[in-house]
Amino acid sequence: MADYESHDYDVIVIGAGGAGLRAAIEAKGRGLRTALVCKSLLGKAHTVMAEGGIAAAMGNVYPEDNWQVHFRDTMRGGKMLNNWRMAQLHAQEAPDRVQELEAWGALFDRTADGRILQRDFGGHRYARLAHVGDRTGLELIRTLQQRAVHMDIDVFMECKILRLLSDADGVVSGAMGYWRATGEVVVFSAKAVVIATGGVGKSWKYTSNSWECTGDGHAMALWAGADLIDMECVQFHPTGMVWPLSVRGLLVTEGVRGDGGVLRNSEQKRFMFDYVAQMFRAETADSEEEADQWYEDHSAGRRPPELLPRDEVARAINTEVKSERGSPHGGVFLDIASRRSAEYIRRRLPSMYHQFMELAGVDITAEPMEVGPTCHYIMGGVRVDADTAAATVPGLFVCGEAAGGMHGSNRLGGNSLSDLLVFGHRAGMGASDYAEGRGGTPVPNRAEIEHSVAEAMAPFERDEGENPYELHQQLQDTMQTLVGIIRTGDELEQALERLEELTFRASRVAVAGGRAYNPAWNLATDLPAMLTVSKCVTLGARDRKESRGGHTREDYPSADPEFGKVNLVQRQPSGGGVGEEIKIGPEPIPEMPPELASLFEENH
Amino acid sequence: MADVIMRVWRGDRSGGNFAEYRLAAQEGEVVLDVVHRIQATQAGDLACRWNCKAGKCGSCSAEINGKPRLMCMTRMDQLPVGPVTVAPMHGFPIIRDLVTDVTFNFEVAKQVPAFAPPPRPEGGYRMAQADIERGQEFRKCIECFLCQDVCHVIRDHEENKAHYAGPRFFVRFAELEMHPLDTNDRRELLRQREGLGMCNITKCCTEVCPEHIKITDNAIIPLKERVVDASYDPVAWLGRKILRRRKASPSEAATHGR
Repeated sequence: MADYESHDYDVIVIGAGGAGLRAAIEAKGRGLRTALVCKSLLGKAHTVMAEGGIAAAMGNVYPEDNWQVHFRDTMRGGKMLNNWRMAQLHAQEAPDRVQELEAWGALFDRTADGRILQRDFGGHRYARLAHVGDRTGLELIRTLQQRAVHMDIDVFMECKILRLLSDADGVVSGAMGYWRATGEVVVFSAKAVVIATGGVGKSWKYTSNSWECTGDGHAMALWAGADLIDMECVQFHPTGMVWPLSVRGLLVTEGVRGDGGVLRNSEQKRFMFDYVAQMFRAETADSEEEADQWYEDHSAGRRPPELLPRDEVARAINTEVKSERGSPHGGVFLDIASRRSAEYIRRRLPSMYHQFMELAGVDITAEPMEVGPTCHYIMGGVRVDADTAAATVPGLFVCGEAAGGMHGSNRLGGNSLSDLLVFGHRAGMGASDYAEGRGGTPVPNRAEIEHSVAEAMAPFERDEGENPYELHQQLQDTMQTLVGIIRTGDELEQALERLEELTFRASRVAVAGGRAYNPAWNLATDLPAMLTVSKCVTLGARDRKESRGGHTREDYPSADPEFGKVNLVQRQPSGGGVGEEIKIGPEPIPEMPPELASLFEENH
Repeated sequence: MADVIMRVWRGDRSGGNFAEYRLAAQEGEVVLDVVHRIQATQAGDLACRWNCKAGKCGSCSAEINGKPRLMCMTRMDQLPVGPVTVAPMHGFPIIRDLVTDVTFNFEVAKQVPAFAPPPRPEGGYRMAQADIERGQEFRKCIECFLCQDVCHVIRDHEENKAHYAGPRFFVRFAELEMHPLDTNDRRELLRQREGLGMCNITKCCTEVCPEHIKITDNAIIPLKERVVDASYDPVAWLGRKILRRRKASPSEAATHGR
């Protein structure tokens, strides 16, 4: 039996974006032996790309804001599929988590009286997003990274985790993976494991996600016996770049609209006025004059329809493009140039200015941007206990995008960064409590390690086989065309067949070269998670026969109240792994207590 | 469009050389797109580091036609006609192909004494926007380490790394020193251990910064002035003796680094 590099900790955290960093800081602060393991260099995780801000009802700009309003906005944005307890904790604790970042060195933009400035975003009733221009994610990750460094947390960079490990009783007891620089195997044993691995967007062709978003944590949790919920709920952000093709999908922050930008079609019409759903009519402006007044003073008019929740805006853009009222490269126009001064745009949206100037040769202070929907975020994820972030298998905790429930069927902009902080903190506490209470030394199952090593190394054993890049591309084409923003039953069945075939072919991948920093091999080891998660999304989309939030079925175009009462839960009862059977079925969502339910009855 | 010819450095610590790849040109592409197409079609194991492909994470630093740049923000159609060379950063040890070992930077980061604000007052900290804008400029840094790569104090002088933090960390020190709430004093540490005096302000770092941070003018030169004030100015020395110091002493800060 091979002798692998091994490490023992109380808590290991997989993933070093905002959620993972915050969880590790909490565990380390409690005095536990803590390791932070990440696929890239520290500080490069996808959190760095978040732009607009952190939603927190601090009331610095609108004193009438409070956690109840934020809670209500979040639930309505998620079309009431959210885990109410997560949404409540999130709204209550987000302000403390933002203040804490400031005490750790973050420099947020300020109000005139020196407090943290808050900006408007879609679906939020009040200006609520603490921000730093349009690079808030960078500020968040750098602040947490610097905190983690000063706390002397052990960081394992460019270390790809392949699999969670259990002990003889099935309790999660560690994880195994390899160093990307050398390809050597490394084994961690731990009393508690936190998954904070982020999203799944790299399985779609047009996506705002970086290469890391391959759903590793979703898949590893499923394989380890945990439940996933509502995997069909995938958010397509309404405004990604559409041209040049090489950057198609790259995010254009919602802050453009929050700061006054509007959407127009090829006829120069502000088409969003035609797409205001019944649920939002009472609070949405019905003329351009009223909408424009709102930017100056929120009590002088109702909200512009450009700031409806993301699912509404993305579907509207999709319809405009399909109706041949799109822009030359297949998007619509996002115009801030004609509405705000060049100086204002450069100050408020410096990264957007830079991004369009350098990559597309477009000066956003002088001409409109072309934008269209891009795969952005998965609301579904590992089923967790709201208070502790515990998954349904013992020893495992999950936070951030990998966890499900918080955002229901659609996430509001700005609620992701606050989610990372609130539930990163809670997962750190949950895992620490668990580790402190767990007796003995965790002993990961040796057979699981050997099996995973053999699986990972197999591509080197084959002289001929499938090209991992080609498989990845075909997976992206499949998910983009068949499991995209608008879905139908027939196409989802086709997608399942194609995924079956791709999964088979992925078991025959061959790579050339050595194990040291070999991207073909690295991609080959990402494929099992991508295929597993893609299948979960497709299964959920097939079975949720309604349209709700980020899940839209052409053949079931309206929301079904019965589906509104259930999570679609997926698990692997007879052994975890890519290609193994996945069971899916509805289970009731937790019922909201009357005092919170009443927030939706009155005319709030 | 004509084909593009890429000369990409392939190798490891034991040595290597440029390999040539020819591909069809595609509209609007950046250097990183072409490297990805080489991986997908011609050389699956070509190592390169990248994440966001949007100029926000600072992972894909390389030397393109000899100039330190981000591969994801360098458009092919803005490079001179002819073959494009892509080499790893010269200032760090090679891991493989375009990937270098940037551990040095993460080690220096540990030496920086933490941000130390006073206790949070009731109602939260107050800071004026005007007072934090300089700090915000420094916090735009995406840690691509191109400034560390180009800095001649360490580029061909590995031995200097033991006592020189480099431009990236002078930016970090400046950010903390100019933070309106910070109470640490890092000036003596900068003079003694971090080698601030070795920088002779040639501004190479500023030139390569993809975030356009004015590293030399706004960070390094003001830091040098502060260090000089702290160490050599007799009036300031006397002032510190007489007046109650707001900041921790330099020696306290120097020992506070981890």
